[in-house]
Amino acid sequence: MTHDVTEPAPAAPGHATSGARRTEPVRRASGGPRGTGHRGDAWRKRLEILIFVTPALALIALFVAWPIVTAVRFSVYDWKGFGDLTDFVGLENYAEVLGDEVFRSAVGHNMVIVVGSILLQLPLGVAIALLLNRKMKGQGLLRTIIFVPYVLAEVIAAVVWLQLLQPQYGFIDAVTAQIGLTPPEQGWLGTPEYALWIVLLVLTWKYLGLAVLLFLAGMQGVSEELYEAAQLDGASWWQTQWRITVPLLGPTMRTWAFLSMIGSIQCFDMIWVLTQGGPADATATMATYLIDEGTKRHNYGIAGAASVILFVIAFAMALAYQVFVLRRDTKEDTV
Amino acid sequence: MSVIADLTPRRRSDGGNLWVYLIALIVVAITIGPVLYGALGGFRTNAQLADKPAGLPDPWVWTNYAGVLSNPSFWQYALNSTMIAVITTVVTVVFGLMAAYPLARYQFRGREALFMVFVLGLLFPAAVAIIPLFIIITRNLHMANTWWGVALPQAAFALPMTVVILRPFLMALPKELEEAALMDGASRIGVFWRVLMPLSAPGMITVGVLAFVTSWNAYLLPLLLLQDKMRTLPLGVADFSTEHSADTAGVLAFTTLAMIPALVLFLAFQRRLVSGLQGAVKG
Repeated sequence: MTHDVTEPAPAAPGHATSGARRTEPVRRASGGPRGTGHRGDAWRKRLEILIFVTPALALIALFVAWPIVTAVRFSVYDWKGFGDLTDFVGLENYAEVLGDEVFRSAVGHNMVIVVGSILLQLPLGVAIALLLNRKMKGQGLLRTIIFVPYVLAEVIAAVVWLQLLQPQYGFIDAVTAQIGLTPPEQGWLGTPEYALWIVLLVLTWKYLGLAVLLFLAGMQGVSEELYEAAQLDGASWWQTQWRITVPLLGPTMRTWAFLSMIGSIQCFDMIWVLTQGGPADATATMATYLIDEGTKRHNYGIAGAASVILFVIAFAMALAYQVFVLRRDTKEDTV
Repeated sequence: MSVIADLTPRRRSDGGNLWVYLIALIVVAITIGPVLYGALGGFRTNAQLADKPAGLPDPWVWTNYAGVLSNPSFWQYALNSTMIAVITTVVTVVFGLMAAYPLARYQFRGREALFMVFVLGLLFPAAVAIIPLFIIITRNLHMANTWWGVALPQAAFALPMTVVILRPFLMALPKELEEAALMDGASRIGVFWRVLMPLSAPGMITVGVLAFVTSWNAYLLPLLLLQDKMRTLPLGVADFSTEHSADTAGVLAFTTLAMIPALVLFLAFQRRLVSGLQGAVKG
């Protein structure tokens, strides 16, 4: 549509005052029936809003709200998938989940992924974004390449890395052997001490591109005048980046960290393909735990309780982050 | 929300010394290396891969790729992935735009509260609902092992983000066209279809590409709901890699071919996708 609107519209819609002003050739005659009968209009408006909003709300109610309510219901029954929900057990499932060593370590693994992702991706992301923000040849291509892992499915990335990490015959083991180190006998992913860290590295590889991309966008928002002023004052490139770019990137970093956190809490696909939560539950997360309980063992009550706990943890972290970290941004309103 | 992010390089001093290029090269190698390894590995034999894990194809063999491309299951999975992604995308974009329209353009009491419903929807991780969702779709709705059974829940989970991206986009469109159409006696719904839909094409492309790629890459829900012939490509890739774990070259060829559509779509709509993601963070 390249339809230029040159005439400013002075009146708000609904007020039938400016009808006479508009004299362009129009499809239908003047706005006669419109604007009369305010009460009828109000009902009409309500109906229109309803028509527009209902399909989306209905889908969300059916496929988001209903399952979540059901998860809460499951969590207070002992149910194996047969018959009705009759065996009410109160909070026993919660006690069982919270008392389960596997689940508790799963929560710990989730936290390692939450914190590890931020600690690895934040400095790397900022460094690479600073690098790409400079004027250099092939910059556009670089930006495209750095984002490629993010676009791939986690499953596909995981399968490729599974091949790279194959014990003995894989690329990684060949390279480690070449530089004189002995790779672990069971493979990196087969050794409980290493598995979680390898998963974390693969996740970093997969998601670093998003961090770089968002940081770059944040850097574009920094006013050129600040750089010119810094240059006039004789600041070096490093000083400029450290004193101007990085501090002004604060809001972007905090929002990115929030997204990263929410993603890490529900981490599933990558782990399911790389290790299935093993070896010996060394890489189990809350999500792999509840899928395990729900699909393999048909402990729907346990899975329900684990779901609710996962949600409470995610929600509490989101809320705490909102209160303690993100609130600064809404106050300052820097970007 | 920045509607179109300016990604043109800045004029800034002292770029481009040798170190910068060296670091850039290392970053690129690590980023793209595994993907290239997969693509090139598909051109090697298993004997080559075992003999020299870090080598190049010598000689190049086409049998792995040919094998995948002549495998009817691969095409069946690709069809399933495509249909599910198309349904998800259309439902997400149409319903999302419809919901965003009154939230952006109408003045009414409870508007912000209604918007908060969508914002809250962002907070529910899909993993929380997944087991009951599986039971509901299988037993209550009898939609297990169908395209719609996967596409509709995916659309439902994509809708909050879609509305959050589209609302500021619609708010930023000029009001004059809409008002002129209303003056001319068009109904609100007529304005929506004939004026707003065409104007919001860029925003719809952004959320559409996001919805498509997310659906194309989805694993958990299809894993629970789809079996045998109804499986999608990610499931096919994961299963192929466990069933043919000895055939590394075949697995790499299968995986490489499965990643092509998402990559092509990304390259074609790179700017839109990027500005959409950035907008979502700033919005």
